[in-house]
Amino acid sequence: MNLSLLTLEIVVATLALFIFILGLVAPANQKRGIGYFTVLSLVVSLIIAIILHGESGTAFGTMYVVDPFSSYFKIAFLIAAVLVTMFSISYVNKLGYNQGEFFALTVLALLGMMIMSSAADFITFYLGLEMMTIPFIILTAFRYGDKASSEAGMKYMLLSAMSSAVLLYGLSILYGAAGSTLYSDVINVITGDNIDALTVIGLVFLLAGFGFKISMVPFHMWSPDIYQGAPTPVTAFLAIGSKAAALAAMIRMFMIALPETREVWMTLVIVLCAMTIVLGNFVAIPQTNIKRMLAYSSIAHAGYLLMGLVAFTNLGISAILYYVMIYVFANAGAFACVNEFGNMTGSDEIKDYTGMWKRSPLIASVMLLCLLSLGGIPPLAGFVGKFYLFTAIIDQGYIWLAFLGIGMSMVSVYYYLIVVKVMFLGKPVEETSVPVSLGAKTVMFVSAVASLFLGLYPAPLTDIATKVAQLFFPM
Amino acid sequence: MMPTIVFGVLSVIIIGFALAMVLSKNLVHSAIFMAATFVGVAGIYLTLSAGFLAAVQILIYVGAISILMVFGVMLTRRGDISASNLFNKRIISGVVVSAALFIILGRLILTSEWFPSSFSVPESTVGPIADLMMNAYVIPFETAALILLAAMVGAIILAKGARRTR
Repeated sequence: MNLSLLTLEIVVATLALFIFILGLVAPANQKRGIGYFTVLSLVVSLIIAIILHGESGTAFGTMYVVDPFSSYFKIAFLIAAVLVTMFSISYVNKLGYNQGEFFALTVLALLGMMIMSSAADFITFYLGLEMMTIPFIILTAFRYGDKASSEAGMKYMLLSAMSSAVLLYGLSILYGAAGSTLYSDVINVITGDNIDALTVIGLVFLLAGFGFKISMVPFHMWSPDIYQGAPTPVTAFLAIGSKAAALAAMIRMFMIALPETREVWMTLVIVLCAMTIVLGNFVAIPQTNIKRMLAYSSIAHAGYLLMGLVAFTNLGISAILYYVMIYVFANAGAFACVNEFGNMTGSDEIKDYTGMWKRSPLIASVMLLCLLSLGGIPPLAGFVGKFYLFTAIIDQGYIWLAFLGIGMSMVSVYYYLIVVKVMFLGKPVEETSVPVSLGAKTVMFVSAVASLFLGLYPAPLTDIATKVAQLFFPM
Repeated sequence: MMPTIVFGVLSVIIIGFALAMVLSKNLVHSAIFMAATFVGVAGIYLTLSAGFLAAVQILIYVGAISILMVFGVMLTRRGDISASNLFNKRIISGVVVSAALFIILGRLILTSEWFPSSFSVPESTVGPIADLMMNAYVIPFETAALILLAAMVGAIILAKGARRTR
């Protein structure tokens, strides 16, 4: 057994514990440093992850898999964590309490995501999921005396408990049908010829559980309320990391353990994918709160990402991989802007963004780039990502779904441009400029550059994504 | 024959108490009914020759968790205890949905083919658990430890903060 495969997880777990201790022993006036330390250590972990990305193997039988797919997602999670912690420093310092716990819990959630992307066993997967969810519940309710935050935390706890119950029920049924929790055994037992009623229920429950985590319609109801109530950096990490991790686990489970049953779940996934895209985009239009708008936009993006699973090819998976990466950058940039503005004014209403171009050209322009990237306007990265996803499904003959996706992208451009219009054409209510902290400036700069660069020159990343995706259907 | 009868009796106990727990309007009664449900589940473990698991179930779920709930209710509840469990407004739709789900699942479970485990019961049911936890399942085990840490830290900081802001 090769424990060195777990290096990254061990580093991150140790880091989380160390930050807990640091938060307790650091003198009150030195607590600012915890955030900087976290960012620095996460950057180091990211470098370790990049160095180790070529490693592959399995630990503990076939229970824990380290392969290019998991490494790719771990790098994406780490990038997301670095960006989010960077712009959360100013937020947490403004809160002024529990700095150590905030960052330690963020790192623990990151660890959960990593475990999810590597798990090849129902039990390990489930514990990874809880490892991610429980810190998120606490972080959502992190603002003392803020009713919205407490309410969001409470809602998230109750609803994720319910979705966990559904997911666990599905997993236990599949375990009953397969006689093993290991993916490598499940694929041998549950084959195309012996799908019985039991497997079907198991799959439906499983899909519902995953649907909750990636906020797929009709399991999306929680996300607008919780995105709005949670502290903005937490919302950002929830929107990026939690969704990407659930998607990674879902791809691994459905494509490695249950590919033979795809006749059963594919129809369901196609219908839900189309519903998710339509509902997410249309309901985003009337939103007046920017965090709610981004929540509905993230629901719509869950639908786009599911298209890659619908395609069920290497092209589809590589499109998902590419899209996840650009989704990380675009969302991190947008949420960094929301965070800085919210820090200063305490408001997340779109109407308050009026005249942002005069108050903070940086926020206005980064927001513009990130929103257009999310909307899929060339030459930004979002366009390339959507192009790959649509190509992947057209390749498989789902032309109607591709047209639906393209049409809904047009709709999404409309609601993104409403924000842009307010920012650039509206008159500022106040002339005061909006200060932007160093961390947030870095995040904005990195995400803007990444969104532009990956749109203009996508080849390096698509090459990597293509190579990683070959894991699923080796040619 | 005997195991079937025992299973039937235990099932009636578990389902009956679980229903009583959900339907009771008094939170403390609910907690007590939950403890009774857990005892029934421990009985199921016993019929499966998992004696250790049954003992753990009683120790932790009945002994610790239910009692903690009663304490939690006692320390937080103000006012009339007899109407502390109020979420019962959608009882009709709830009954319809759960009955439908029950019928569908029941039918599917009855029509499916089951593969009982072919392993015989090991002599000691404690040792192999330790072995599994510390060897094959060490990643989930350690993850569970970190989850508990996170949950504990969260409970402390959230509860402490609420007092500070008052």
